[in-house]
Amino acid sequence: MSTLWIAAIVMGVLALVLGTAIGIFVKFFKVDRDPRIELVLELLPGANCGGCGRAGCADFAKAVVAGEVQPFRCPVSSREQVNAIAFALGVDPGDGFARRAVVCCSGDNRQTQMRKFYNGTIDCAAASMIGGGPKGCRYGCIGMGNCAHACPFGAIEVINSLAVVHQEICVGCGKCVDACPRGVIKLVPAQSEAHVYCNSPEKGAVKRSLCHGGCIGCGKCEKAFPAKFKKTGFLARVDYEAEELPTAEDVAQIKCPTGALATETRHYEAEKVSSRGGNK
Amino acid sequence: MNKSSRKVMSFTGGIHPVSEGKKLTDTHAVHTAPLLERYTVLVQQNAGKAPDVVVKPGDKVLKYQLLAKASGFVSADLHSPTSGEIAGIVEVPGPMGVPALALDIRSDGEDRACEIFAPIPEWRSAEPQVLLQRVADAGLVGMGGASFPTRVKLSIPPGKKVDTLILNGAECEPYLSADHRLMLESPCRVLEGAAIIGHLLGIQNIYVGIEINKHDAIAELERFSEDYGIRIVPLQVQYPQGSEKQLINAIVNRAVPPGGLPADVGCVVQNVGTAAAVSDAVTLGIPLVERIVTVTGKVLKDPGNWKLRIGTPVIKAIEFCGGITAEPSKLILGGPMMGFAQNSYEVPVSKNTSGILLFSRRRALNYSSGSCIRCGRCVQGCPMGLCTCLLATAIEGGRYDLAEQNHVMDCLECGSCAYVCPAHRPLVQTLRLAKAEIRRQRAAAKANGGK
Repeated sequence: MSTLWIAAIVMGVLALVLGTAIGIFVKFFKVDRDPRIELVLELLPGANCGGCGRAGCADFAKAVVAGEVQPFRCPVSSREQVNAIAFALGVDPGDGFARRAVVCCSGDNRQTQMRKFYNGTIDCAAASMIGGGPKGCRYGCIGMGNCAHACPFGAIEVINSLAVVHQEICVGCGKCVDACPRGVIKLVPAQSEAHVYCNSPEKGAVKRSLCHGGCIGCGKCEKAFPAKFKKTGFLARVDYEAEELPTAEDVAQIKCPTGALATETRHYEAEKVSSRGGNK
Repeated sequence: MNKSSRKVMSFTGGIHPVSEGKKLTDTHAVHTAPLLERYTVLVQQNAGKAPDVVVKPGDKVLKYQLLAKASGFVSADLHSPTSGEIAGIVEVPGPMGVPALALDIRSDGEDRACEIFAPIPEWRSAEPQVLLQRVADAGLVGMGGASFPTRVKLSIPPGKKVDTLILNGAECEPYLSADHRLMLESPCRVLEGAAIIGHLLGIQNIYVGIEINKHDAIAELERFSEDYGIRIVPLQVQYPQGSEKQLINAIVNRAVPPGGLPADVGCVVQNVGTAAAVSDAVTLGIPLVERIVTVTGKVLKDPGNWKLRIGTPVIKAIEFCGGITAEPSKLILGGPMMGFAQNSYEVPVSKNTSGILLFSRRRALNYSSGSCIRCGRCVQGCPMGLCTCLLATAIEGGRYDLAEQNHVMDCLECGSCAYVCPAHRPLVQTLRLAKAEIRRQRAAAKANGGK
C-alpha cells in the first residue's frame, strides 16, 4: 500500500515543480504573435505561388497585417476574399485589375512550319539556344512546356506544341511569364475578352511564310475599333491601357483574316478540337 | 633517339570515337575553289563584339580591302575575299541557326588584290609590338573553331608569364582532315607561324602536338622542325585531345585551374591553321580571307579538302564536291562532336569553319533519349572529371546552384558524355542550358551589385 502512496506523492511533487516551471517559462519567454496573421493566413488561398512578390502566403499575411501592402495585391484571391481580409483587418482592400496570363502565339504545329527535327532536351530554354528552337518563328511559343511546369495551379496545357492558358483556372500570378524564355506570355487585364495571338514583329509576308496563324498587320481591327487596338509595324495589339477592352462581339465583327485576333475560349476550343483530330 | 619508340602523350578521360570518317578525305590534296560570282561575308566572324562595317552598299572593293574594323579589344577586322561591288548588307542564315548580318559582295571576276600591308620577311629582328599589330590588322582569329581573336590570345595579361607555346595539330574531331592536309602540304608555313608567335611572346619552348594517326604529318613536320627549334609531340588518338586544357595536360603536364586560362600555367595554345595564317600575314602581308575546309560525308560524290574564301555559301562548297548522291539528313558546320547543325544550305563559310559535314539518315541517328541508368560512362569519358550524369539530374530538377557548386562551368562542351551515353541523353545540351542560366544569373547579380 505504501508503494502507492510514495508514487502518488512523487508524482504530485513533480507535477507541482514542473507546473511552476512552465508557468515561469510562459511568463518570461513568451513570443508575441499577432493573432491577425493567422486569421489572414486562413483567408488566403494558401497556394504559396509567390504571385504577390512575397515568399509565400505567410509572408504576404505578415506584410498585410503590418500594413506594407494592400490585400488586393494577392492576385489569386477573388474580390470577395480580398474584401473579407480587408474587413477582418479593418483596412482598405485597395483596388487593382485582376490579371490573366495569355500566350500571345497561335503557332501550333499545324499553323507553323517546323524548321527541323529536334530530339534534344524537352525544355524551352534549351531548345531556343539551338538555332532559335525547332519552329520557324523566332518570336512564338516553343511548346516544350516550361510555363506549364512553372504554373502552380495547372492552368497551362501544351496542346499541339502550343501552350494554352485555361482562363478559368489562371489567377495571374505571373510565374509563367518568368519561365518563358521567349517572353510570349503577357499578363493582361482579365476583363479583356479577346487578344491578339501573335508576338512576331516580322514583316507580314515573312510571317505568313512561317506561320498561318500570325498577325499580318492588315490593320482591320484598328480601323474598326481605333480605341481598342494599336498596330505597331506589322503587329496589332489590344490596347490594354484603354478604357474599353475588346469583347467577343467585336471579334465576331472584325473577322480577323488569319484568326490571330480571337477570344480566349475560341482559341482554346480550336486547339482542343485539332488535338483530338490529330490523335486519330 | 628512335622516333618511333617515343612516348605517346595523352590526358585522362576522353573517348575514342569511330575514326573511319577521316579516311574519306585525308588522302585528298587541298583544292583551290574557283572564284564565285557572289560572296556573303558574315560581319561577325569572331567571338566577342562584332566589328563595325566601314563600307557602304555600292562601294567598289578590292581583294584584301578592309570591310569592317574591330570595334573593341575582343573583336577582329574583316577583309574582302575578292574584288567587286558591295551589293548590300543582307540577312543570311547564320551558323548559329539565327539570321545574321552579312556583306553581299558581287565579284567582278578580276580578283584584283590591293597591297594593304608590307611583308615583314625579316620578322626575327622585328619588334614584338609590330608583329602583334600585324596579327590584329590581318583579322586573325582562332581557326580551330572558337574563333577567339588571336590578338587577344597573344596579349598576355600583365603579371602573367608564359614560357610555352603549344601548337594544336591534334585534330581530334572525327571526319575532319583540314589541319592534317595543311601540315602535310605546307609544313614550313605552320612552323614559321609558330616561330613568329614564339618570337612575339619571347618563348623558346615551342611544341606541336599531333595525334599519331597523322604519322605522315608528324614525319613531314619533323623534317623541318629542327631548323625552327620546335619540338613535335606525338599524341594518342583520343577525343578531345585538341582541347586547350587537355593539350597542356598531355604535353607539359600542367593543370589549368578551374575558370582559369592557359596563361595561368604559362602556356599559350594556338591552332596550326592560325599559325599558318600568322605566317601569311607577317611574311606575305595578306589578311585572313580564306581557309582550308573539309567538305565531307558519305552522301557527297567527291568529298575533299577545299581552300574556300570566307563568305562562300555551303551549297557552293557542296557543288565543288560534285554534289550529293543521296538526300542528306543533317548538315553540320565544324566537326561532328562540337560543330553546329544547320537548317539552311545558304550558310556562308566563316573564319572558323573547319568542316562542312553532310550526314546520311543512317549516320544522323534519330533516337529518343531515355532515363539515366547510372552506368557512369559519362563520368569516365569526361576529360574535365565532371560527374555529368549527376549534374544533368540536378539541372533537370532546376538545381542550378548545385550544378554550379559541382563545377558545371568547367564543362567544355566537347560532347564526350553524350557520345558514350547508352540512354542517348542530351547531356551536353542540358549542361549548356545550365551554363547559360548561371552566366545570366551572375550577370544579373553583378548588375544588381553595381547599383
